[in-house]
Amino acid sequence: MKSNLNKGRRNFIKVSATAGGGMLIGFNFLRCTSDKMPKEVAAAMRAIPDNWYNFDAYIKIGETGLVTIMSANPEIGQNVKTSMPMIVAEELDVNWHDVVVEQAPLNTEWYTRQVAGGSQSIRQGWETLRKAGAVARKMLVETAAEKWEVDASTCSVENGVVKSEDGLTIEYGALAADASLRELPDTENIELKNPKDFSIIGTSRKNVDLENIITGKPLFGIDFTREGMQYAVVMRPPGFGKILSAFDDREARKINGVNDVIRFGDKVAVLADNTWAAMKGQAALIATWQQKEKAEDTAYHSKTLIDHLQKKTETPLREDGDIEKAFDEADRVMERIFEAPFLPHSCMEPMNFFAHVTDEKVEMVGPIQTPQWTENRIAELLGRDKEEITIEMTRMGGGFGRRLYGDFALEAAEISSISKKPIKVIFSREDDMLAGTYRPASAYRFKVGIKDDKITAYHLTEAFYNGSMFGNMHSNFPCGAIENYRVDSHNIKSNITTGAWRAPYANFLAFAEQAFMDELAESLNQDPVQFRLDLLQQAKINPVGDPYNYEVEKFEGVIKLAAEKANWSENNKKHYGFSTYYSHNSYVAEIAELELDENVPVVKKVICAVDCGIVVNPLAALNQIEGGIIDGIGHALYGDFKFEDGRAQSDNYDAYRLIRMSEAPEIEVHFVESDNDPTGLGEPTLPPAGGALANALYSATGQRLYKQPFVLSEGLLG
Amino acid sequence: MPTYNLNINGQAHTVSADSDTPLLWVLRDNLNLVGTKYGCGIAQCGACTIHLDGDAMRSCAITVAAAVDREVTTIEGLHEAAKHPLQDAWREHDVPQCGYCQAGQIMNAAALLDQVKNPSDQEIDDAMNGNICRCATYTRIKTAIKTAAKNM
Repeated sequence: MKSNLNKGRRNFIKVSATAGGGMLIGFNFLRCTSDKMPKEVAAAMRAIPDNWYNFDAYIKIGETGLVTIMSANPEIGQNVKTSMPMIVAEELDVNWHDVVVEQAPLNTEWYTRQVAGGSQSIRQGWETLRKAGAVARKMLVETAAEKWEVDASTCSVENGVVKSEDGLTIEYGALAADASLRELPDTENIELKNPKDFSIIGTSRKNVDLENIITGKPLFGIDFTREGMQYAVVMRPPGFGKILSAFDDREARKINGVNDVIRFGDKVAVLADNTWAAMKGQAALIATWQQKEKAEDTAYHSKTLIDHLQKKTETPLREDGDIEKAFDEADRVMERIFEAPFLPHSCMEPMNFFAHVTDEKVEMVGPIQTPQWTENRIAELLGRDKEEITIEMTRMGGGFGRRLYGDFALEAAEISSISKKPIKVIFSREDDMLAGTYRPASAYRFKVGIKDDKITAYHLTEAFYNGSMFGNMHSNFPCGAIENYRVDSHNIKSNITTGAWRAPYANFLAFAEQAFMDELAESLNQDPVQFRLDLLQQAKINPVGDPYNYEVEKFEGVIKLAAEKANWSENNKKHYGFSTYYSHNSYVAEIAELELDENVPVVKKVICAVDCGIVVNPLAALNQIEGGIIDGIGHALYGDFKFEDGRAQSDNYDAYRLIRMSEAPEIEVHFVESDNDPTGLGEPTLPPAGGALANALYSATGQRLYKQPFVLSEGLLG
Repeated sequence: MPTYNLNINGQAHTVSADSDTPLLWVLRDNLNLVGTKYGCGIAQCGACTIHLDGDAMRSCAITVAAAVDREVTTIEGLHEAAKHPLQDAWREHDVPQCGYCQAGQIMNAAALLDQVKNPSDQEIDDAMNGNICRCATYTRIKTAIKTAAKNM
């Protein structure tokens, strides 16, 4: 990964209290602890300095010893804003209590991959962040060593204090001014700590924004304001495939507070002094639309997907051996089809963005998972240089993939450019749920040939709207374990806009695969857990074809750990369901336990084993793991989203069900002990959840599930 | 535009707003109290929960006119020093993920604990089921409510 550590070097910069809009977007004066601190720690807390000394793109140190660590990646609730600075602080060798965290804006010179997506932030940032800390530490130690006229290698550091062999000490604060002037050391070979010596990484640290969140401070894009700002609520086509013919804004303009109505493309923006007026204005617009492209509906989607499953493609994603020959020679063939709906992301904070476009610059502020990509598209849209564009990232009320797409930022930029005003676009919940960029509907067919009680052929066919499984997913387990193996994918166009949704492809495929495996194991009279372990051993001992996309030992590790903690060998007959999946570089196994409450199955508990390498912040990791499991269960059970005449039939939570507190199971998490570099947790625990639940439901009710949402399966749940 | 005299967190405010304006938007846009969040506008998600004379209410479903002569409490005013037992419990258990729903969760839970000293799991579920957490911090919220109940 490219390292830009020598950028961002300035001698010192003055303290800046707030960025624009009265919001503490930038500097957060609160320390990185927010619970009751021991008195001696509180008393020793460092004062806010007069001057900051820059060391690299991530670290500023004040003369009081207070340390600012920049968090470069966007924050969607995955808590990289805490975990990534922890990594820097570790190698810097400061006390976490002396650290304040500042959200960095988009800065393509200083940082690479300022993206929230793919569960990659920590994995891809690991080395760079450690080096950022180590580099600054070295500069500080060398400065002290020079002062003392000793060898730097004889000095040590503890809690931001450099110590000589003879017991002399100087604090980082006292060294910062001089140290920051040094040449940046070579980062290629900089010495990093032995993980055995970690005192921050691997410990539980609280969310750096915890205080702000529980006291209602302005944090989110929707909270951002600017003097003279207009609120813009936009009328968009009421169905996919429609274009705007004409509109009448007379009633809209009469509304108190509405100042302007602007058409841009097939959309119309109402600009007002406050949100409510803008919403009323939008509702008062009258428009006529023309159906330009096909108006799709759920019946059409379902039929199209299922029809494609019966066909092969010209270019399979993977092919080992000869499945047709194997099917011909099989004793029996088993075939199952699974189907998933489109799903909205449902971030609790609806889409919004602030833009102020002037001749001098383009100022953007708001919630975005991909600021760099968005900057490029704004530059193109407005015909401006990227140097004129700034993007400040606010905290996001959920991302889940929706905020990868920046369409809302482009709308704000365009409206601001036309109106020549500072603009905040806000989506109502209805706007948000109807606006698109959904998790695509899909269907999967599993066809397996069995001979002499062994699986001799495995054919997976995918039918997916606007995409195909990506990267090496075609070589996921159980590929490599089966002699004749084929994966076909049909990428079918839909004019319904779609995008990545937490654990793309895996978020449904994992359920389908793991539910199918459960049924397959049963038909072979094998225990579901042993069934996976046997296949894994086959892949290890007798691998088929090109390298497969998983590590057998890591899979075995999580499967055995989960089975052990759930006492699987004793319990597997009673309302337990097993599932395991590898996605986004982490391995997960889950066992769901159900209870029957007057014949209605209730998810009581999920036991989960995770291999994500080194766990940077256990407290935060647990939150992600629990969240992913409940998210997976909730959408598998309830996520129902239909279309008619090109329009989604749910536009708010009275017509769309999300999982609630009473339905959330208890979660028990076990980590596989590991010294491996950390891998992500934002997504990996979601994919196996639906399968574990489905398999537990089968165990409790005798009913197999092939479609989501499960609640629509006849005779299953209330 | 009519004006309304409101009592928010013990302070008097006079606001100018259309009579049909939900209290939620008066809080956010007129008074810059943005801790109370917009999630759905139809009282289905709980993100906008405030107290009206001590009772938990969805501020998206009350007009500004209905708040006149009533005591409105928002997250910003739940506790003078931000040390309500729920806020302390939220600190202890590091509850939030994205954080957007959390003020509404805390306000709803505060009203529950005012009325029920030691709520059972069922009572907590029933009271909190109207508050969506998309990130699913539900287990931590429940744990924090139980911790706070001990310290009320």
